Amino acid sequence: MTKEFKRLDGRANNELRPVMAKVGVIPNADGSAIFAFGDTVAIAAVYGPRQLHPQHMQNPQKAYLRCNYDLLSFSVSDRKKPGPNRRAQEISKVTEWALSPVIDLDGFPSTVIDVQIYILQADAGTRTAGINAASMALAHAGIPMRDLVCSVAAGKQDKTIVVDLSKEEEDFEEGEGATDFALAKVANSDEFTLLQLDGKISPETVPEVLSVVTEVCKEIYKIQKKALKEAIKNGSN
Amino acid sequence: MKKTKQDTDNQELSDSSSSDSESLEVKRIVVIPGEVIVSGEDYLPSEGTKRIGQNVVASRYGLAEIAGRVIRVIPLFGAFIPRRGNVVIGRVTDITFAGWLIDIDTATSGFLPLDECPRFINKDEMDQFLAIGDVVAAKIWNIKTKGIDLSLRSRGLGKLEGGYMFRVIPARVPRIIGKEGSMITLIKEKTGCDVTIGQNGWIWIRGESIDEEIRARKAIEHIAEQVFVSGLTDHMEEWFTKN
Repeated sequence: MTKEFKRLDGRANNELRPVMAKVGVIPNADGSAIFAFGDTVAIAAVYGPRQLHPQHMQNPQKAYLRCNYDLLSFSVSDRKKPGPNRRAQEISKVTEWALSPVIDLDGFPSTVIDVQIYILQADAGTRTAGINAASMALAHAGIPMRDLVCSVAAGKQDKTIVVDLSKEEEDFEEGEGATDFALAKVANSDEFTLLQLDGKISPETVPEVLSVVTEVCKEIYKIQKKALKEAIKNGSN
Repeated sequence: MKKTKQDTDNQELSDSSSSDSESLEVKRIVVIPGEVIVSGEDYLPSEGTKRIGQNVVASRYGLAEIAGRVIRVIPLFGAFIPRRGNVVIGRVTDITFAGWLIDIDTATSGFLPLDECPRFINKDEMDQFLAIGDVVAAKIWNIKTKGIDLSLRSRGLGKLEGGYMFRVIPARVPRIIGKEGSMITLIKEKTGCDVTIGQNGWIWIRGESIDEEIRARKAIEHIAEQVFVSGLTDHMEEWFTKN
């Protein structure tokens, strides 16, 4: 690269948007959390372990982690028609896959752990914000877990690897075209639980992306940890 | 990460009131799942913790209690996980030929069989003893994969009439009961109310007057919020002089 690359909002290539995280935002839920990457805001509520209906879905060996991700109708500038669509179903499913490796599902046979994720405001990276919120909410609900899950999207602006893209950056079509690479990682190990690539990236650059994301995830983990610890310090519910 | 004990963002507190009467040094720190509590071969991982190599790691979010060699995590949030021997408060949802189905806020519903009642009940007159919608305090005597069996054969169990019910986070119930029931005895003494606490977080109060019932409820809700106060019984004695 000859030219010095500069991001639209002046961030460094490995810099996150301002992050906000808090747990215990929904008193009626067993666990809840809110997580924001800049203008992307996700809220997650956890209920259970509780009875699973329909009964034929019950697994006598382990609990079923049921995630439901959705955009609220006012979260995007063109009103989103309420209710699940193909995109929401897919993201719900990958969220389940991203979170289930860290949760001790064997402890609660024949039950369901419900995770509701809603996007209050969307500005790219909603699934990653949702996974971060859900991971905190699951911990807050007292579910036995191996670790937390941290999630962030990486991408390319022409040839430069950047993390946590905003909507403007995600639509950046110049050079090699728009690339959006959503990842989720188990905080204290090298396991990745979500890799979703939209766009083009060469196989040689993938390890580089993973190492950048690993560093960024440490930051996210710190924020999640702080939010969880402060909830008890304040003695709130 | 290794020396979590010295982490600056961990709040520490030594609590003598809730430890055993021996002068064991008890230390409490907030932990999140996957966090190393202590490392060393000497420690014994107990509830809510796991040993991974040299380290004792928290598997739940809550307060890690380091009492001598024993490490455990006291949960502060979450749904009720039933255990044998728990006294719970539930509502009758259905009557079958052999007993009552009772909703006790668990994944599998509770079943109270006819022969676990303290007296003989005619099968035709089951709804005269417990009708649908009635509230009952019962003890869990068996947990099977397909259900939880309840019993009324113990002191203080049975149908709850009058008074009113509210819910707290189930994980806070042990604090409300106190060491050997010290806290609940104090509340009963100070307010003159009849209080039944279910391990599932439901609490039933009946008192002489509504004012006293509300006072008891406020006291209980106050306790449920005081997660970090040591010597809570003394703290509550003081609270009652003010409220």
